[in-house]
Amino acid sequence: MTGKTNLSIKAVGGTGSSQVAEFPYRETRLAQSADKQVEFRSIEKRYGHHQVLSDLSLSIKRGEKLSLIGPSGSGKTTVLRILMTLETIQGGSIWIDGKPLWHEERNGQLVKASQQHLRRQRAKIGMVFQHFNLFPHMTALENISQPQRIVLGRPRVEADVQALELLDMVGLRERAHHYPAQLSGGQKQRVAIARALAMKPEIMLFDEITSALDPELVEEVLNVLREIGRTSDMTMLLVTHEMTFAKEFSDRVLFMDGGRIVEEGEPDQLFSAPTQDRTRSFLRKIIAAGQRI
Amino acid sequence: MSQLYSFLPMLLQGLVTTIQITVVAAVIATVVATVCGVIRYSGWWPLRAIVGIYIEIFRGTSCYVQLFWAFFVLPLLGVTLSPFAAAVVVIGLNVGSYGSEVVRGALKAVPRGQWEACVALNYSTWHKYRYVIVPQAMRLAIAPMANLMVDLLKITPLVSLVTISDLTYEAMVVRQQTGNSFATFLTILVVYFVLSSAIIAVFRRLEIHFSRGAETFATNKEAAAT
Ligand SMILES: Nc1ncnc2c1ncn2[C@@H]1O[C@H](COP(=O)(O)OP(=O)(O)OP(=O)(O)O)[C@@H](O)[C@H]1O
Ligand SMILES: [Mg+2]
Repeated sequence: MTGKTNLSIKAVGGTGSSQVAEFPYRETRLAQSADKQVEFRSIEKRYGHHQVLSDLSLSIKRGEKLSLIGPSGSGKTTVLRILMTLETIQGGSIWIDGKPLWHEERNGQLVKASQQHLRRQRAKIGMVFQHFNLFPHMTALENISQPQRIVLGRPRVEADVQALELLDMVGLRERAHHYPAQLSGGQKQRVAIARALAMKPEIMLFDEITSALDPELVEEVLNVLREIGRTSDMTMLLVTHEMTFAKEFSDRVLFMDGGRIVEEGEPDQLFSAPTQDRTRSFLRKIIAAGQRI
Repeated sequence: MSQLYSFLPMLLQGLVTTIQITVVAAVIATVVATVCGVIRYSGWWPLRAIVGIYIEIFRGTSCYVQLFWAFFVLPLLGVTLSPFAAAVVVIGLNVGSYGSEVVRGALKAVPRGQWEACVALNYSTWHKYRYVIVPQAMRLAIAPMANLMVDLLKITPLVSLVTISDLTYEAMVVRQQTGNSFATFLTILVVYFVLSSAIIAVFRRLEIHFSRGAETFATNKEAAAT
């Protein structure tokens, strides 16, 4: 740790089509408290000329369960995708365990992160998608076991045992040898959760994991989330339209609108006594649409 | 008709040559199509440009002209290929140029979410292609590839241009010596038909193999099991 130094970033390009911005960076790592696991600092995200996130800052404590809510198009998914390195950023920086995600330090300079650095950082993060994204040519068991073998180098037996235990946990052990096409939406999503858990991430991202499901299948997936929340100390970041679940599940709720965080607070406070007009009107609409909060 | 029997060894020899050329050229075409298809889809841009030029040249000129170049012009530039090598390389590259567009299209057809799952699971680029993308692209590429391979068989008679005696060439010789056009042409008609059916059958097996878990296949299998 070098204390306060002025680092400037040389040419940095992202791995995707867009580029990570060049920006002067003021080192403030010492100011970061140890329990801060993820930090977004003044993130700018644009698609072409469309500004999706502006000056977004956010920190997440180790083990925290955080829900992101907000109207469609407010940038919730984008926040998760940036953290998963599925999208590059145009300005700002992201820090995981005190290390930058898109940059690494070499000879006192922050330079564009190498593939190795990205893969090392990414190993701490897992993600579950709205549309499952299971590998269709592999059985449920293989979907969970193969990534462990080829990414973590676990021996086959160990990976398979782990996969079966996780299938047990999500209540699908007897479906181990079914292909995704032979599973219901709820079952697919539970396999996808098991697959992400098998990689032992420290941070899990869930992007509206129940919104592609038939209503009667939602609860079985939420139950798995409850189970994980109860039994693990992973940091969990959840984008959801299920307000009741967000309220019961999270330590903190963040309301986003127009690419900014409008309000944040503990669920009881945010849902029953929001301080911002925009939050109030969003919650009113949700209630009008028939959800209980 | 009985006269034709004495020429059977010649025709058989021609058949063996045709099969050899087809198989070797098909292997070259498949490798070229896969490598160039992946480069075209996701390669570093200078490589992508070079591959693009190769594809345009081989698709934009006829195989006849390409063979002619490989066998008669390249030696003038100091590259001498045996007739067999010239034949399989030219046919392989010719069909490979069409095949790489098939492969590129198949890669493009693998849903975005599959690539993203690989990032989220932290797959390396090699593992991503090896275990997730290529197996799924294969399923989509196999049917059009089968058609290309049948086309490949059908252009093999061009190799007589570079002094190779393939099935068609031998048949011409037999026809001239026996004067029996009908029997000779009927024979090779049937033989080519059998060969292309064999190609289709092989690819059909491959398609079933790579359709593991695919929607329709899974339901078929389930129906068969119950
Ligand atoms: N690949 C893309 N190209 C261009 N614009 C995009 C892209 N992805 C998202 N956007 C835009 O970025 C904005 C934020 O999108 P995002 O998906 O993060 O919203 P969201 O809060 O998750 O919404 P929803 O609740 O509908 O899922 C939207 O206006 C969207 O149209
Ligand atoms: Mg979204």
